[in-house]
Parts: sequence; C-alpha cells; structure tokens
Amino acid sequence: MYVSPIREPLIKGNKTYSQITKDIAAPIEGKPGKAWYMGISLSLSAMFLGLAMMGWTIWEGIGTWGLNRTIGWGWGITNFVWWVGIGHAGTFISAILLLFRQKWRTSINRSAEAMTIFAVLCAGLFPLIHMGRPLLAFFVFPYPNTRDLWVNFNSPLLWDVFAISTYLLVSLLFWYMGLIPDIGTMRDRVKSKAKKFIYGLLSFGWTGSVKHWQRHEKLSLILAGLAAPLVLSVHSIVSADFATSIIPGWHTTIFPPYFVAGAIFSGFAMVLTLLIVTRKVLNLENYITLAHIESMNKIIIATGSIVGIAYLTELFISWYSGVEYEQYAFLNRAAGPYWWAYAIMMTCNVISPQLLWFRKLRRNLVFTFILSIFINIGMWFERFVIIVTSLHRDYLPSSWSMYKPTLVEVGIFVGTLGLFFTCFLLFIRAFPVIAIAEVKTVVKSSGEKEIKNETL
Amino acid sequence: MRRYISAYFTDEQNLLRATKDLRDQELSIQDVLTPFPVHGLDHALGYKRSNLPAVAFVCGAIGLVLAFGFQTWAFVVDYPLFIGGKPHFAIPAFIPITFEVTVLFAAFGMATAFFISSKLGPGANNVIHDERITDDRFVIIVDLDEDGNHEATIKSILEKEDAKNIQVKEIEK
Repeated sequence: MYVSPIREPLIKGNKTYSQITKDIAAPIEGKPGKAWYMGISLSLSAMFLGLAMMGWTIWEGIGTWGLNRTIGWGWGITNFVWWVGIGHAGTFISAILLLFRQKWRTSINRSAEAMTIFAVLCAGLFPLIHMGRPLLAFFVFPYPNTRDLWVNFNSPLLWDVFAISTYLLVSLLFWYMGLIPDIGTMRDRVKSKAKKFIYGLLSFGWTGSVKHWQRHEKLSLILAGLAAPLVLSVHSIVSADFATSIIPGWHTTIFPPYFVAGAIFSGFAMVLTLLIVTRKVLNLENYITLAHIESMNKIIIATGSIVGIAYLTELFISWYSGVEYEQYAFLNRAAGPYWWAYAIMMTCNVISPQLLWFRKLRRNLVFTFILSIFINIGMWFERFVIIVTSLHRDYLPSSWSMYKPTLVEVGIFVGTLGLFFTCFLLFIRAFPVIAIAEVKTVVKSSGEKEIKNETL
Repeated sequence: MRRYISAYFTDEQNLLRATKDLRDQELSIQDVLTPFPVHGLDHALGYKRSNLPAVAFVCGAIGLVLAFGFQTWAFVVDYPLFIGGKPHFAIPAFIPITFEVTVLFAAFGMATAFFISSKLGPGANNVIHDERITDDRFVIIVDLDEDGNHEATIKSILEKEDAKNIQVKEIEK
C-alpha cells in the first residue's frame, strides 16, 4: 500500500486493529464521567424548559409568540432553517467526501451523521409547533380526504415536507447501515446478557462475511450517491420557500446555492464544536487528530467565502436591478433598525473565518472552538436577517412593524438545543462515535505502521 | 455429517494469499469472515458483482413514475385548480417532489434488498463463528468432503500463510 511521505497519518499512535476497537468502545463500556452527567443534566433541563414552552404555545396559541400581521415568520422559521442547515454537514461528510474518496472522513462521519439526524429532528419541530394545532399536521400529506382536495404540489412548503422527511429517513438509513457492523462489534464485546441481547437484535445478525461486506460497501457507495444530491436539494428547496415569493430581499435566484453553502458552513461549525469537546472527553485525540480539524477548517474557509461572495452579490444585484424596493430592502438590512443583526452576521460569517487562512490558527483548538461558535451564531443571524428584515419593511409603509421574540420563543429554541445535546450525549453512551470498521480500513495506509511490500 | 476446517489469520494480506492459493487448488471455501471490508477478497473468492445498483435503479424508477404520475393525476385529472398562475400540468413544480420520492424509493428498496439477500434483519439468527471476528481476527472456513481427501493440502496452505488455531469441525446436516 502506498504511504505518502508528505501527509500526516490519519490515525496516530501506531494502533493495532484490536486497540482501535478497544479505544472506541471504551466510552460505552466504562462508566460516564462527571462531565457527561453535567452535560446531560444541563441539556435535559433545557429540553424540559423547551417542552413546557411548546406545551404552553399549543395550549394558548401562537399569540404567545412575538409574531404580528407583518412579521408572520420570526424565530420559528429562523430556527428551522438554522437546524436544517446544521444537519447538512453530516451528509456532506459521509456522502460527498465518500464519493470523493476522502479518507479523513472515516474518523468523523459517524458523529456527524448522528448530528444530522438530531438536527433535522429539532428542525422538524418548528413547522409542527408553528401550525398551532400539531395534531392536524397530517394535513400536509397527500391523503384522500373527505373534500377530495389534494395538497398543493406547486408550493415550496409542500416540497419542504417531502424534502425534509426524505432527508431524515435517508440519513437515518445511511447512519444505521454504517452502524450495523460496529453494533456487531459491541455485541461481541459486552458482557451483560441484557446488553448482548439488545446489541444482538440491533446488529441484525451481522457476521462479517465477505459477501455481506461486498454488498455493504456497494450499498454505502450508492446511498452516498443518492444522498449527495439530496443534500443539495433539501436546502435548495428550503431556500425556495423564500425565493418563490415576491418579498424584496427574498426573491432572488442566488438563494439555492447560497443556502447550500451556508448550510455546509454552519454544519461544519457545529461538527467542530461537538468534536473538539468529544475527542477530549472521550480520549479520542489519536483518531480525531489536528489534521482532521484542519481539513474541516479548510472546508469552512471555502464555504464561508462562498457565503461572503453571496452576500456581496446580493448587494450588487439589488443595486444593479434598479428595483427600488430591492435597493431599499438591502439598504435597510445594513443600516435599518436591525443593523446590529446584519453586523453580527457579517462579522461572524464573512470576516472571522478568513482568519483560518493562517495555518497556525487552523490547527489551534481553542481558536477553532471559539470560531465555530461564532459561525453558529453568525449563521443563525443570517437566517434572522433574511427573514425579519425583509418582512418588517414590505411594500406598504402602513404595515411596517418591528419584531421581538417572547420568552416562549426563546424557551423553545433553548429547548431544541437541549434536545439536540441530550440526543448526542445519549448517542455517545450507546454507539461507537467513530466508525470502527471504517477506521480499520484506513489505518494501514496511514503511515506509521510497517507496510509489507509483497504484491498480491 | 458435514465437515469443514476453520482457521484464523491476524493479517489480511496472509488471508488474501491463502484464499488465492485455496481457490487455485479448486477447494471450496464456505465463507471468509473479516472485521472490516478487505478489498480484493471478493474478487479472490470469485464473487460476482452485486446486483444492488440495479435494484436501486428499478426502485428509483418506480418512485419517479409514482410521484410524477400521482402529482399529474391529482392536478390535471382529479382536481384541476389554478394555483399561483401555474398551469395544471406544471412540470417544473412537480420535479422537487418527484426527485425526493425517487431517492426515497431507491434508498429503501436497495436497503431492503440488501437485508433480504444477506439474510440480515432484526432477530436474524446467524452463527457467530468467533467473537473476535468483529475485532481483529480474519476467519476462513474451508469445506471438507467426508473422506477428508484434501485435508492435508488445505492445512499446508493455511500453515504456510501463518494461520492460527486450525480446527476441523463437524456439524450435522
């Protein structure tokens, strides 16, 4: 096998196959530490706060939110788009990087895919609550109802229903398919009978037969081929929710690529936020190395720059269009009452990632962690700016208005953060956070091991 | 009575060479079990390419026809209603849902085919030969006839490639 003299090894510490299994299974087999208990108590409290606020919203009605007749979409849709975007890095890492044969993905794909699923779950909650009567949510599906009406297939909001549900199901399938061999590993390692039974059931009777591996690899590759355009389609469709309207500031053809780049940008930021902590707490520094962090940071510069260019293009096009409403909308974004939101967005998304051009900063964990949180905040504000600033000054000055979230809305958002982290913390206790079998396939080609020269 | 030899390897390169030698001698290999996909092993064992891509294509095509057909039927035949100035047969507006349903059908069709053809699924009762297979052992299982004609040849090939724990096992048919 060829070993590059220039590149760093993907996995450090000269690991044997057995050590890899042991290291990655250790967090599941051992007792959780203090940090885990603290994390889960915090996220569970946040989650219950969110649940209470959701309950209150459903009980009292959408009047508990700060929405008004001008701004019908506020934090709800901002959070929805933000969470969907965060989900995109997982599929990007597992699907697009698999197709591009990027071997560094193997250390991070499992946790990123898990993150995708949890993020899409959080996202899905918002349209559901915003309906006001979530029990009637099945109205969005095309079913033969008593009035012989069909859902509106021409509406981007219905495309969203199909896109998000497909995305959730396919991501779940992709994640679980990758998990099966590793659940098999856990089944063969755990001692207690109950655990053995549960892992045995979940492993689907995996034996490790070559025929199964052959099919499994083919399956993963084609699922990746299917999921890659899905990543692009889902956020394009989300952007179409806005772009097909006639509101100034939304009605732009740049939205689909710009939203997709933004989604991958924010998703990678969240992966970094999670993994920088995870690798430290679970002692996985040899598997998620500085080289992995650096590679992700490179994707952040690329996507962040695309987002930056998109902002500037929007400004240019609004001026060049000669449409006064468009020109006003963008001037108002930068200099209107919500100028501070626009400033946060620009600082966090356009200026701060440019610091990653310096190699030293790309490989600095503390800096990367802080920056990743900056980007999470910046991308949230991007959605806020797009939604609220466009709505609060529409064609009719008589309907101009301002928007301020209520505590209920803030609570629901905090609640979804709690839900997300609760799911992630439970996940790291139940399943291997790194794809054990996949890491083993890259370890021989990763340098530090002695490579046999015999040809086959 | 069915007899077979099982042995384990600690290095996948030895396993690959042993597999090739056994196949050259036209000995029947029942199964090879590995902790991770070893590339080239399926080729060495003479396995054909998997048909899963074809299954995915067919399932995807079914999803495509269903989704596009359903939208067309609903908006052209069953309840033609003008919405947003779009024509009844609004092809571009039907594409997103058609695409999503195509992907959904292809993905789940292929996964189902994988489970059925590999006899995997919740509650599947497959024999686990050795618990270390999912850790770091590569196990090869070679069929023997009742007279044990090839036993010596098989053992010598396995030993040459540093196989450990070579065992002859018998199971009732």
